[in-house]
Amino acid sequence: MDAFTTLKAVAVPIDQANVDTDQIIPARFLGRTRDRQVEGFFHDLRLDPNGRPREGVTLNNPAYKGAKIMVGNTNFACGSSRENAVTTMVDNGFRSFIAPSFGDIFFNNCFQNGCLPIRLPAERVARIRVILHELPGAEIAIDLAKQTVTGPDGKTDSFEVDPFRKEMLLKGADEVKITLGYESDIKRFEDKQKQEMPWL
Amino acid sequence: MTAPRTMFEKIWQRHVVVDRPDGYTLLYIDRHLMHDGSSPAYARLKARGMNLRRADRAAATPDHYVKTDHRSKDVPDPDHRRLLNDITKNCNEAGVTLFDLGDVRQGIIHVVGPEQGLSQPGLTLVCGDSHTSTHGALGALAFGIGSSEVTHVMATQCLWQRKPKSMRITVDGALHPHITGKDIILAIIAKIGAAGAVGHVMEYAGSAIRGLSMEGRLTLCNMSIEAGGRAGMVAPDDTTFQYLDGKPFAPKGANWDKAMAFWKTVPTEDGAAFDREVTLNAAEIAPMVTWGTSPEDALSISGRVPDPASAPDAGKQENMKRALEYMDLKPGTPMDGIAVDRVFIGSCTNSRIEDLRAAAAVAKGRKAKIPAWVVAGSGLVKQQAEAEGLDRIFREAGFDWREPGCSMCIGVNGDTGVLGQRIASTSNRNFIGRQGVGVRTHLVSPAMAAAAAVTGHFTDVRKLLGQDRG
Repeated sequence: MDAFTTLKAVAVPIDQANVDTDQIIPARFLGRTRDRQVEGFFHDLRLDPNGRPREGVTLNNPAYKGAKIMVGNTNFACGSSRENAVTTMVDNGFRSFIAPSFGDIFFNNCFQNGCLPIRLPAERVARIRVILHELPGAEIAIDLAKQTVTGPDGKTDSFEVDPFRKEMLLKGADEVKITLGYESDIKRFEDKQKQEMPWL
Repeated sequence: MTAPRTMFEKIWQRHVVVDRPDGYTLLYIDRHLMHDGSSPAYARLKARGMNLRRADRAAATPDHYVKTDHRSKDVPDPDHRRLLNDITKNCNEAGVTLFDLGDVRQGIIHVVGPEQGLSQPGLTLVCGDSHTSTHGALGALAFGIGSSEVTHVMATQCLWQRKPKSMRITVDGALHPHITGKDIILAIIAKIGAAGAVGHVMEYAGSAIRGLSMEGRLTLCNMSIEAGGRAGMVAPDDTTFQYLDGKPFAPKGANWDKAMAFWKTVPTEDGAAFDREVTLNAAEIAPMVTWGTSPEDALSISGRVPDPASAPDAGKQENMKRALEYMDLKPGTPMDGIAVDRVFIGSCTNSRIEDLRAAAAVAKGRKAKIPAWVVAGSGLVKQQAEAEGLDRIFREAGFDWREPGCSMCIGVNGDTGVLGQRIASTSNRNFIGRQGVGVRTHLVSPAMAAAAAVTGHFTDVRKLLGQDRG
């Protein structure tokens, strides 16, 4: 997994609440190999049924080209557990998401792909989205070690992140490898369970 | 004396392998369910040169990519064909129990797990699918995970988790006739919102929940994710034990007695504290219909399409406007009477035998005015329905009787609506484009879906059945 340390990049705002992972990548792209899922990225939000770019859609505005940060709204990326929602974001350049709250499964999936989901207060996130609309192409700076986000207005907020997840991201650690280091604990658990729950 | 504990707390504590000082827990996973979308996770496991740690704790069935008009794996799409063949190859190689196409036990994984007795009280259960919350109906801690975590479970039988918070939803009182688990969960989501339970494990309690059949509870827990919940659970009781008794993978003989002794210790203890409590009055729940593009956009069939002008803030107003535009609905329109183009009865939410019986009771002696599909949740459900003559009732009413799979709930197998169609669906998500590009989905119970099929518009099933059948 790629490490995540600091990121200073263009940020794109997505205003709607409850953006579901079906919007991030519609289900019909899921059966494909990863390299052919890239175009699924917000496909139906970006393009009309004839494949033409929809007017007035922020994601189609070239001023946000090269964005690596997405600033969403409440319950961002809720719904389906499809990890493709994270990988298609990664394959379209995104590494961090800022929102007041996230769908739990997407939130967990981010850490599996070297991405950092950041929860900030709803008012602050709303303010950042407004600025990003007013100044398309404006940047946000994130420092994971210091746990800070500096908005396009220069204001810095600190954010919470689980120490375990932080450490994994900073090192780009392999989670399976870490878990295998606990082999004796897992074995002990299994031996005990075999005695206690013989029907399993 | 230790403080009284919730069911979730007890199951969690029982599965802790390692508690790190930083608040992260390595949690043991008792049961891992797989489907035809799990192949990339298996490929990553093999790429590491690893095998499943506990193939004996896994079970699989193809459901997402299977066709519902035939049982062949020889589907036209090469990607889908590969996925359907991979699950067979992988399970054979790994020694995982597989209910494959052609096996009467094949079906939607969240129908098959409980049906086979794989889902049991007090277990931790995961699957690479968000509707894994379904299995909580048996008193298990069951939740959906992403593909990387699936690989992690295959490799280690464990998951790193931060302990979620707890939330109890109490529904007391008597339900009116024709009110189902589907109506209850839609009423709950309408009340607490699509993000209402984010970060929480939900326990459904109260007399109305205890009165639900196991199938009603499965429907209820299934849509916990639509409230944002990490998981949903119902305490195991006699309904649970009777349901499990005799199921193929349920314990037998002396093991049954040992399991029962444990299962009885699973429910929440009196006085246990939850981080949040929500209550609903069962008597106030009517047949529910969604009007928008989030499951929280649900109201009674006797309601009217809401007016964005009534929204509490500008953001919500904009969201409502956007939803109504997509759904092509005008504020103030009575829900009862909105014309429907198509009906889908199926999905891991509502494709079990009781769902089909409820729909058949409405279809019986009537004729569908619009295309209507019935997709049983498993081969065994289909077989049971046919033994009861439900297939005949549906066919005589002009409904399409199809083979088991996820079908039009997610549409990845090609079962989708067409642009602009309005569908009354017993599935779980009315998201934009969920059932096809530009398709408008309204979530309802099986009886309400059948009522829409035979009238061509949303209809209060209580009135329809009251009219001519007393």
